[in-house]
Amino acid sequence: MLKEENRAKIEEIKKKYPDAKAALLPALWVAQEQEGWISEEMMKEIGTFLGLPFGQVLGVVTFYTMFNSKPVGKYHIEVCTNVSCVLRGSDKILQKVEHVCGAKAGQTSADGKWTVNEAECMGACGGAPMLAIGEEYYENLTPEKAEELLRKLT
Amino acid sequence: MTPTEHYILPDIPDYHRLDVYEANGGYTALRKALGMKPEEVTDEVKKSNLRGRGGACFPTGLKWTFMPKGSDKPKYLAVNGDESEPGTFKDRQIFEYNPHQLLEGILIGCYAMGINAAYVYIRGEYGKWIRMMQTAVDAAYENGYVGNNILGSGFSTEIILHKGAGAYICGEESSLMNSIQGERGYPRVKPPFPAQRGLWGCPTTINNVETMTNVPLIINKGWEWYSKIGNTKHPGPILVGISGHVNKPGVFEVPTGVPLLELIHAYAGGIPGNKKIKAVIPGGSSTMILRAEQLEGVCMDVDSLKAAGSSVGTAGLIVMDEDTDLIPILSRIAKFYHHESCGQCTPCREGTGWLEKVLERFEHNQAKTEDIDLLLNIANNIEGNTICALGDAAAWPVQSMIRQFREEFEKHITPQLAD
Repeated sequence: MLKEENRAKIEEIKKKYPDAKAALLPALWVAQEQEGWISEEMMKEIGTFLGLPFGQVLGVVTFYTMFNSKPVGKYHIEVCTNVSCVLRGSDKILQKVEHVCGAKAGQTSADGKWTVNEAECMGACGGAPMLAIGEEYYENLTPEKAEELLRKLT
Repeated sequence: MTPTEHYILPDIPDYHRLDVYEANGGYTALRKALGMKPEEVTDEVKKSNLRGRGGACFPTGLKWTFMPKGSDKPKYLAVNGDESEPGTFKDRQIFEYNPHQLLEGILIGCYAMGINAAYVYIRGEYGKWIRMMQTAVDAAYENGYVGNNILGSGFSTEIILHKGAGAYICGEESSLMNSIQGERGYPRVKPPFPAQRGLWGCPTTINNVETMTNVPLIINKGWEWYSKIGNTKHPGPILVGISGHVNKPGVFEVPTGVPLLELIHAYAGGIPGNKKIKAVIPGGSSTMILRAEQLEGVCMDVDSLKAAGSSVGTAGLIVMDEDTDLIPILSRIAKFYHHESCGQCTPCREGTGWLEKVLERFEHNQAKTEDIDLLLNIANNIEGNTICALGDAAAWPVQSMIRQFREEFEKHITPQLAD
């Protein structure tokens, strides 16, 4: 369920666009910030709220990589493995992350602490190799630095 | 412009703050533009020869003239900050260090084209930078630069930030518009072009973030000054992102027309371990790869890179040293395009997957000699057969890599696999 303040937030967002459908991506962001992911119930609720069919909402959620249609771990780790990062050793960063988190890319650890993903270019090529935890970027990594970073997270 | 002068990323502390920006002449270009006729502003940009910094290098002023003068429908500006081309990380610097110059450029563009609402589309991964931009937008609203009756001129425009959600395709302009409208990021068939039917079916112009950040310079210093910076056919300051095997990767602001070898050695500190260069991708992953021997005399501008058989793209230069095995690199690029294909057009949806599969065979030394031709056949059947340029972007790296580095593919062939 969307919290009351978030429903109000979406009402405000709607005013920025000529129609309610355009508020769909921002509304999904509000929902994901609240819950960490977007459940089918949430998609239905947002659809009703914006006057859109469920299929429209589902279609959008499944198209965009960043919308999580299943729960993610407490920490969502994304390791960029695209060209500039792979040239500077991102394969070793990913291996280390998978080892420390006990989860392979695309998986969530059994304790629900970590979700690990291999990411496409995140626009941090000058600081390659890199990983992101949520919205925070960590650049110029070595496997050791990556491990140190993760071990600090409780 | 000398190599030490910076106009897009000036070396001024706290330049992202409105008061610092104003103290250094910020928003004077907007005041000046508001005192001109809109068509004079467009003309100034046109004569400056500014070309888009998003990849296609299309003349910006000319694009602005495509917008209908009178229109019974609203007109829109969409600013492209999706920045997802692998090897590209320049617009992020503008969001962080010079957001007000971007906003000023957007406002001037809106005034010139008679637009009352601009949507700035920023990739979702840049959440932190979207917040920085929002701080700048809020400050600009509070001080009367954005909103109703801007600086008492009678002209009004809104600026709205729109957060993407992880889709490379949304950097394609028509897909970007669909994404703003709350749709899946499917590119649209052209024509109609955005200036006729863009956002919500209304006349729309789409410009890149860095492009718009150049506009205040042109208005303040005049088209003549601007048109003499760097290469005259493609003038101005340009942000070059250098990554891969270099000692000092990063974004460097230079005049256009700087030799690639100078960028790599003088700016990015050369190659670690003093190794030789094997290959360079000059402008983001979709631009054609060049061999080290081809780099002599090639410069970062439209004509020079075209003559060399590649393109400027987003000026995201990726450097690979002599020990690089290019096959896994190409395989990674192919995997990217397969993942990012929107799935609308069969040649791209299927072809990018086939390219990835065949390249994996090379990567695992499971390829046959005929597989080189197979790759070319697939790439040639994608190129030109899709609604948008993603298909071409997937085909070009494969075609150019085979043309330039056939021996790299041959190294991964296992002869006994031949039929």
